[in-house]
Amino acid sequence: MPTFTAKVFVTLKPSILDPQGRTVERALSHLDHANVSGVRVGKYIELTLSGERAEVETQLQGIVENVLSNPIMENARWELEEVREVAGA
Amino acid sequence: MKTAIIQFPGSNCDADALHAARLTLDPDAQFVWHTEAGLPEGTELVFLPGGFSYGDHLRSGAIAARSPIMAAVKEHAERGGFVLGVCNGFQVLTEAGLLPGALSRNRDLHFHCAPVHLRVENAHTAFTGAYAPGQILEIPIAHGEGNYYADPGTIARLEAEGRVVFRYVDNPNGSLNDIAGIVNEQGNVLGMMPHPERAVERLLGSEDGRGIFESLKIVPTSRSLIR
Repeated sequence: MPTFTAKVFVTLKPSILDPQGRTVERALSHLDHANVSGVRVGKYIELTLSGERAEVETQLQGIVENVLSNPIMENARWELEEVREVAGA
Repeated sequence: MKTAIIQFPGSNCDADALHAARLTLDPDAQFVWHTEAGLPEGTELVFLPGGFSYGDHLRSGAIAARSPIMAAVKEHAERGGFVLGVCNGFQVLTEAGLLPGALSRNRDLHFHCAPVHLRVENAHTAFTGAYAPGQILEIPIAHGEGNYYADPGTIARLEAEGRVVFRYVDNPNGSLNDIAGIVNEQGNVLGMMPHPERAVERLLGSEDGRGIFESLKIVPTSRSLIR
């Protein structure tokens, strides 16, 4: 059964105030990086799943929508990568 | 009114909730652990207390909202049973879909712990009947994520239907429309960030939270709807 690594990225929706992002942006500006804007602080979540790709994708989509993110205030996207067994590893 | 106080790992206002419930509503109020499958027979009020369930990991209230007892709490709410969620309990209610919207980080990133003033916006709910319309209450807050957010359509609906029950006089967290507490469409589920259970005795500095519990006593269960 193939094994996959899922990488999930969760960020606040653009319409939601992101005070962490704003604080970081201000700090960068004070550090003479005045050309930096649009800083958003989000979450990165890794998961390992095993199963057939199509089923794993459906399952992951459900997990991301129903648990890992709150669609009222967050956007989420994910990447799925098959883990290749390395011979002798 | 038979009261059950749900305890999640990380609840830290559970004892306060139990004390307030026993003092005002039900001398036999009891704790219910989050892994239970059901509520005690005859439960009329479910109290989701404040705290940091599951350490606020993932999002505040998110994991608690998906714990075993919450299926029974949802059924209880659907049957018209009363549910009161305070602070983390409010966050759990939004995460569980029992109340609309979401609570995000305070606008200024600070944890606010102080008595605040609230205005009773709707004194015709099962939770507020003992208050006068427009009455100003002094009730403490203690939260880092109390910034109420919902999409504009939801906010308009809450306002139009009189479901904004409490509003901050001086908004401490950035909540839209100064919202401090809301009820569901049926009026039997109240979520609020301030802690009424910490304001039920003179000794605590304020008795203004007592009205929420007193209100529940004067409204028969069959009259849980917003009047």
